[in-house]
Amino acid sequence: MKTAWQEKAVKLTLFSAASTSILIVLGIFTFLGKEAGHFAVTPGIEKLLSGRWVPVSFQEESFGLLPLITGSLLVTVLAMVLTIPFGVGASVYISELARPLEREILKPFIEILAGIPSVVIGFFGLVVLAPLVKGAFGLPTGFTALTGAALLALMAIPTVISISEDAIRSVPESYKAASLALGASRMQTMWRVTVPAALPGIVAAVMLGTGRVIGETMAVMMVTGNAAVITGSPFKSVRTMTATIAAEMGEVPFGSEHYRALFCVGIVLLLATFGLNIIAQKVLKKYRMG
Amino acid sequence: MRKARTQQAICWLMRAATYSIVLVIASIIFKIVWNGLPAISWEFLTARPRLSGSEGGILPAIVGTLVLVVGTIAVALPLGICSAIYLSEYAKQGKFTRAIRLAILTLAGVPSIVFGLFGLGLFVIFLRFGASIIAGCLTLACMILPIIIVSSEEALRAVPQSLREGSLALGATKWQTIRKNVLPYSIPGMLTGSILGIGRAAGETAPILLTVAAFYLPRLPKSIFDQVMALPYHLYILATQHPDVEKVRPMQYGTALVLLTLVLGVNLAAILLRIRIRRRQKW
Repeated sequence: MKTAWQEKAVKLTLFSAASTSILIVLGIFTFLGKEAGHFAVTPGIEKLLSGRWVPVSFQEESFGLLPLITGSLLVTVLAMVLTIPFGVGASVYISELARPLEREILKPFIEILAGIPSVVIGFFGLVVLAPLVKGAFGLPTGFTALTGAALLALMAIPTVISISEDAIRSVPESYKAASLALGASRMQTMWRVTVPAALPGIVAAVMLGTGRVIGETMAVMMVTGNAAVITGSPFKSVRTMTATIAAEMGEVPFGSEHYRALFCVGIVLLLATFGLNIIAQKVLKKYRMG
Repeated sequence: MRKARTQQAICWLMRAATYSIVLVIASIIFKIVWNGLPAISWEFLTARPRLSGSEGGILPAIVGTLVLVVGTIAVALPLGICSAIYLSEYAKQGKFTRAIRLAILTLAGVPSIVFGLFGLGLFVIFLRFGASIIAGCLTLACMILPIIIVSSEEALRAVPQSLREGSLALGATKWQTIRKNVLPYSIPGMLTGSILGIGRAAGETAPILLTVAAFYLPRLPKSIFDQVMALPYHLYILATQHPDVEKVRPMQYGTALVLLTLVLGVNLAAILLRIRIRRRQKW
């Protein structure tokens, strides 16, 4: 009788442990939503649509998210322009062209990149990349959207490589064999059969990489210059959503409009990454690559 | 003929892309090690900082990071392993299981700064822990939970079904079977995942920025409600907020090297452990 009781207790414990993940997700949405909700009531949600982010001012504060969103978008788009050719090229090379020994060395080496803390990458950007960008393009400062994007590309590349490599490897051997048997060359097989078959997985990999890029904080905050202006130029300084929260949260009074506005920024970030993740997982699942 | 040449060129382009990534990784590590080594001394590792970090050592930051990592693992490991056992051994296909899996995927994608906001809202303010070790550890634990669950579940699923059936056939209960016949074989795999989680917790800055990290606090913590310094945050402060950034470069490189050694050392341990498991376990 005792064992039956014990079995039930164990099951209940494990069940509650498993439920905490759900609780945490709900908690995140609740606590971010609560503060953002206060902001939506006073001073009102339309305040967020203005084109200026001036949270501390003697005349009138302005909490327009547009400069922050365009800042994040600009940096993200630039980072993905750099990530896609390098990340996808490297994953095709590692899974299809590299010799087995070469592959065994390359894979863990690139995994190392994923392990380097973002603040260390940011520091490298600060002391090496920013002066390089400044010199190469003759700019007054090296702290630009482009510098941030280059660092973010570095951080997204391991994610993209590891997931798209999995996708390329999961293409059935029979596809390739059939193509080769029909007289196609190795290269033709790779480009016309293997890569197209793995394409959904590669797309999902790029999306997950994008999610990582949008959410990255420290590296970006250290090298983009943090000027909250609306610009499309890669050589201008920008301020991303993540950097805004990290830089300003330490100084705001609890419960102020500024404090709540930062939670609104958090909600926008959360929804953007959540959306990207869900779509990427749908793609992976549909093509059975996850 | 021309076609063959284009193909060759494409092949070389992709090789160049791959090796340029390798080159960048190598140059980051080389730069930090080369400039960081001269800064490392016994004093640097064991003394407290003086003059807002311009002189002295980084002991409180090292201790702070270690305390945070231990606290985080103490929370996340039991929770993560229990969740994984439930998902792999007990869960039936259904709405609830799907909800758990969706939650885990969502958590894995939440930006670290959003975890920071959540930790600030829930632990620091709502539960009144203040900026403290306990608030930081709980926040980091939420962040690494999905890493631990996913790798532990993988380790549990790798144990062949026959081991469970044999035990059940002999009359053991489900929990007895799991404890005696499944868990012992999956512990190494679970360890790998937890080690990766440790590396992540040690290197992250954004969540601790809002929940625990102290700008400058040259003493060691006394209770779990104290603030602490931490290596990544200390590096950030020295590199961007210090009044004389150029003068404290050696301190920055030294801190970066200690942090990098800690995190990469931890990751390397995980990789080696994984290789050993693969060699030993042939079912």
